[in-house]
Amino acid sequence: MILTQQLILGVLVGGLYGLAAAGLSLTFGVLRVLNVAHGELLMLGGYGTFWLFTLWQIDPFLSLLGVGPALFVLGLVLYWALFQFVVKAHEEVRIKNSLLIGFGLTLVFHTLAIRLWTADERAVTTAYAGAVIKIGTFAIPLVRLSSLVLAFTILTALHLFLAKARWGRAIRATAEDWEAAALMGIPVGRTYLLAFALGTALAGIAGGLVSVSYSISPSIGLEWTLKALIVVVLAGLGSLFGAFAGGILLGVAEATSVVFLGGTYREVVGLVLFLIILLVRPQGLFGGRG
Amino acid sequence: MLEVENLEVSYGALAALHGVSLAVRPGEIVALVGPNGAGKSTLLKTIAALLIPRAGVIRWEGKPLSGESPQRIVERGVALVPEGRRLFAAMTVRENLELGAFPQRAQKGRRGQLERVYSLFPRLFEREGQLAGSLSGGEQQMLALGRALMGLPRLLLLDEPSLGLAPKVVESIFAILAELHREGMSLLIVEQNVQAALNLGRRAYILEGGKIVGEGEGHRLLQDDHVRAAYLGPLARGTSA
Repeated sequence: MILTQQLILGVLVGGLYGLAAAGLSLTFGVLRVLNVAHGELLMLGGYGTFWLFTLWQIDPFLSLLGVGPALFVLGLVLYWALFQFVVKAHEEVRIKNSLLIGFGLTLVFHTLAIRLWTADERAVTTAYAGAVIKIGTFAIPLVRLSSLVLAFTILTALHLFLAKARWGRAIRATAEDWEAAALMGIPVGRTYLLAFALGTALAGIAGGLVSVSYSISPSIGLEWTLKALIVVVLAGLGSLFGAFAGGILLGVAEATSVVFLGGTYREVVGLVLFLIILLVRPQGLFGGRG
Repeated sequence: MLEVENLEVSYGALAALHGVSLAVRPGEIVALVGPNGAGKSTLLKTIAALLIPRAGVIRWEGKPLSGESPQRIVERGVALVPEGRRLFAAMTVRENLELGAFPQRAQKGRRGQLERVYSLFPRLFEREGQLAGSLSGGEQQMLALGRALMGLPRLLLLDEPSLGLAPKVVESIFAILAELHREGMSLLIVEQNVQAALNLGRRAYILEGGKIVGEGEGHRLLQDDHVRAAYLGPLARGTSA
């Protein structure tokens, strides 16, 4: 009974893990750059939603229409100003420098958020925040359910874009073999830019949903980067729905652990899964490539 | 036409091409032969702007190609079918072909061009929905060629199109190259199958150690003792091509 209720909550939070991971997976899969500031971008998206709600009473789900594009633009700027110089380098330099830039951004955004919004924990509390759907004795929080559905919808839209659109296919081609993509006349630099900005927008939208369903503070960045990274390793690169499923798996595993081991070990479960997957199936559960 | 003048390319301190000059005239098939490591692939990659030359000029239709990005080269009608085919293995045959039509110039007529490629390679139509990685070697080479044709090139650079393929398949691919040539396309072909290349190409260049050491009509080179000894092996000496 408690277990079932926990499982429901696990699935609900897992959708957001999946959304956060999809953004990280996109930039990592296409640019071969690990953006460790991904969680900070998510945090900024959360504060964007918080701001729009507090200052102008804009509904948080509606505000995603502004927060998503705003983070997309931030992604364009970050790529143009910083990451474009990294992706041209050879693999080793690329990884080292992207980590340095990412950690630098982490500090900058963290400090900026404390300055702007103080270190207090914030949440967007709407009039319908407490609404639940009752099924028998189980309660499903309406806001969290909406977040899950929205996360799935956004990933489906992105999936269709990557599968069908001219530029979406260009992104996939570049991820698979950038040199061959260049030989097709695909401007590789621009597909990198687009993929990075999309990844940033996904982080922002995930952050907006976190601020409605849970809470945000300037220090949540690292935690979300870690969750996203665990899910990416769990699911493997190359599939958005794989990332979504991986996210739900992590959410469920954490929730189950709370029932059997208590809340203390919640954060450890993901890391243990992370290690097991790396040992047993390094390409991830749904990843085709190594 | 394509003109290459005094091209110098190096990988770090290692020089790969020393002052290479060659030309491909409109509608001409030119073969480029030479031993492994002579710099043949390097030359094609440099024309396609995947490598940046240290010195020298490449001109296409009177205007310099050097200094352009790879995608601009494709926009200007020069396509490279790279060694090893480099297909997008995780995508379908159809998706690979449609990606070939990425250049703005090729977008409008891509339906017609797709039908044209399917009529040249009916096998690709049969395998339309299959992943490129699951095709046989010959089919993959057809797809690589078809994908390049989707970009409506006027000059096709081919790097070892017959590598690792059965003689029957090689024959059908060379027949299609001959057909493209009849329709007026210019081709520059790097081949290890020297006999086939020299038979197909009206003119040929021999590249050795990063330098052009011979140039002439294909069938003449086939008679040349040095060429026969170096590329056709001792058994070819004395027998006629």
